[in-house]
Amino acid sequence: MLAFILRRLAQALAVMLAVAFIAFMLFQYVGDPVTNLLGQDATAEDRAALRSSLGLDQPFPVQFAAFVGNAVQGEFGMSLRQGRKVSALIAERFPATLELSLTAAVIALVVGIPLGVYAALRRGRWLAQGVMMASLLGVSLPTFLIGILLILVFSVTLGVLPSFGRGEVVRLGGWSTGFLTLDGWRHLVLPAVTLSIFQLALILRLVRAEMLEVLRSDYIKFARARGLSDRAVYFGHALKNTMVPVITITGLQLGSLIAFAIITETVFQWPGMGLLFIQAVQFADIPVMAAYLCLIALIFVVINLVVDLLYFAVDPRLRIEGGTGGHG
Amino acid sequence: MIHRIAFAAALAACTAAGSASAATFKWASASDIPTWDVHSQNNALGNGVHAAVYESLFYYNSRTFALEPMLATGSNQVSPTQVRVTLRPNVKFHDGAAFNADDVVFSLNRAMAKTSNYGVYTQGIDRVVKVDDLTVDIFTKAPNPVLLRQLTELRMMDRDWSEKNKSVEPKDAKTKDENFAHRNANGTGPYVLKSWEQDVKLVLAKNPNWWGKMDGNVTEVVYTPIKSEATRVAALLSGEVDMVLDPSPADLPRLRNASNLKVLDGAENRTIFFGMDQFRDELPGSNIKGKNPLKDVKVRRALYQAIDVQAIAKTTMRGLAQPTGTLIAPQVNGWTKKADVRWPYDVEAAKKLLADAGYAQGFEVDFACPNNRYINDEEICQAVSAMWAKIGVKAKLRTLPLTTYFPMIQRYEASIYMLGWGVPTFDALYSLQSLVRSLGAQGDGNYNVGRYSNPQMDALIERIKKEVDQKNRNDLIEQALLLSHQDVSHIPLHNQVIPWAVKKNIDMVHRADNRIEMRLVKVN
Repeated sequence: MLAFILRRLAQALAVMLAVAFIAFMLFQYVGDPVTNLLGQDATAEDRAALRSSLGLDQPFPVQFAAFVGNAVQGEFGMSLRQGRKVSALIAERFPATLELSLTAAVIALVVGIPLGVYAALRRGRWLAQGVMMASLLGVSLPTFLIGILLILVFSVTLGVLPSFGRGEVVRLGGWSTGFLTLDGWRHLVLPAVTLSIFQLALILRLVRAEMLEVLRSDYIKFARARGLSDRAVYFGHALKNTMVPVITITGLQLGSLIAFAIITETVFQWPGMGLLFIQAVQFADIPVMAAYLCLIALIFVVINLVVDLLYFAVDPRLRIEGGTGGHG
Repeated sequence: MIHRIAFAAALAACTAAGSASAATFKWASASDIPTWDVHSQNNALGNGVHAAVYESLFYYNSRTFALEPMLATGSNQVSPTQVRVTLRPNVKFHDGAAFNADDVVFSLNRAMAKTSNYGVYTQGIDRVVKVDDLTVDIFTKAPNPVLLRQLTELRMMDRDWSEKNKSVEPKDAKTKDENFAHRNANGTGPYVLKSWEQDVKLVLAKNPNWWGKMDGNVTEVVYTPIKSEATRVAALLSGEVDMVLDPSPADLPRLRNASNLKVLDGAENRTIFFGMDQFRDELPGSNIKGKNPLKDVKVRRALYQAIDVQAIAKTTMRGLAQPTGTLIAPQVNGWTKKADVRWPYDVEAAKKLLADAGYAQGFEVDFACPNNRYINDEEICQAVSAMWAKIGVKAKLRTLPLTTYFPMIQRYEASIYMLGWGVPTFDALYSLQSLVRSLGAQGDGNYNVGRYSNPQMDALIERIKKEVDQKNRNDLIEQALLLSHQDVSHIPLHNQVIPWAVKKNIDMVHRADNRIEMRLVKVN
């Protein structure tokens, strides 16, 4: 078990380094922050001086080594655009992204699972077909389009929900939350729904497929033969067994909800990490971009690790095989 | 979020007293201001927002763009290099401290610091000396006819406040520590910074102790940066904001037709033009070897006359452009009607000019444009490529985002490039010096990235820098503009028109520098 975790951690470290490396390679192409920093009146000498004091004139390996050295100590430097510590900026933005992603995940689960079960049990009926059609739309419509449509309907036409921002937030220590005010909830609805649509459709389709699979299996037939009620068969036995892959997928998707909140955050001017990242890209604010990408990589790595460990806990066969840890 | 607790009581009093006419003005644009440090980043949006909180000695009138004294009461040219400025008495900073000559000396020196970006506004200033509490002398290295114009962008901070809060030096991109003045403000202006959460929300509250009188009635200003164009306009349509500074051109027809909105069109003092490499002996990426066709004035004029600028203004820009024949907009000091005459659009003449120059078959040339800097920049360049194709010039268009575009043209890598030039000093010298002066020290030719060079032009510009007599000076400016026209140093296209979208119940004045003058905003 310990060896398994250690091996996993080593792999995680390698992934993180690779991400940092690739990110740094990309930074060579995002442009030069110096022009943005100095404005149109600066002279060539001013620019050269700033470039060298920021270390941007160093060769790539030197810049990368310096970055990794600092990152290991949790030091990501100062944002070029905002003139503040990157770690402070990210800490400020993280609650917004996490609250948005978690709400979206809850919506996806709470709506997706029942609909999936319904679509499986009532297969062929027009309402179930309708649900499946809608889910196809949910998987294929791009997020920004869904966001704009929701804004158009609920903000502009009906005027019932706000179109941008996070509204009133309450500060609890270093954490800012919108969960404690009505205004915060009102602002959360549209972005959370937008972000959840894809996941919702995915979970719905997954639950339906798994459910249909399970309903065909022998033990369901035996359960019926024992004379159990439909309710007990469907929800006590069938649904329980479809849950394993659903939990796995949901766990992994939480990472993508956080990472891909970028688009939703941009559409709704949601002050989370994704918006921070997009603005950093436009300014070529390298410290912020680097820190964000590393953090997202870290989140994925941690979630994967947790999921692996959960497998370990859930599936007894892994323990018997001695935990070789060779699975995905 | 920073609460300026010191002012809380004053603000509470203000809102209580003025509750009958309390009006909040909410506005949005794409990005946030970079800092509250008024001597750090010379950013157009930032300068405009700062002006409501921090004041300068002189400022431009919103309607006439004439210079007006603000924290100064007047000035007097004592000698060609010495200007005496008298200061407004009984002005208080937001924290209650009195404004006096010490603060002026401190602020101007702060703006002259190495870490400041405001060099273009402090250039030529030698030293600032206190005469008495309400008088300062500004000594310049040489006669400086635009000194008072430069002072419009140099805002006054309180010396004691800055010293107490360790903000004596402007915020600097290189330092590791955050500067207090970066996120806090203490000016003399009609509004007080109440809170600023960068990229999220900025709130200003009316300063009940402001020295002046204003026409506007806004008691609270809320600024929200909204990056997505569609969301920004949606917020306006749904009434969540009162005004959008930068609606997208595509949304304008809809906004013009909305019953509760109006669109204020106004010319910006920003001129869009093309520059051409007139330095290299051979253009990279061109099929002409051994010589540079752009060095030939006939070729440059052919390119100029092949452009149908009216069609661009009408079709590509949908009316958001005023075609121009010169490098500065009409609001800028030095502009004349005579200088603003274009070479006529004439494809046959252009073909003939090319043939005379020995390029009857045309040539291939590199052509670079930004794709997220100016209104419809990429579309303009596509249209122009097609126009040039008609005279046989194959422009190989490449478009880049601004973060890579500007460093690229500064490395002189573009053969033909697009540039838009705004004039914050509202004086032609700012443009001439950067755009057509040969590369030199002190910002000379710093955006002359086509490296146009004419000794006659350089001599003119040197004289404009020092000529104190306004009439003579404006004559010289006109000569320089006409010389640029004769030489076809650049191909001017148009001055941008920037529309603001506002709710109908709000009165405000559209300024050519794209700033909101908060003192004139009235919510009805």
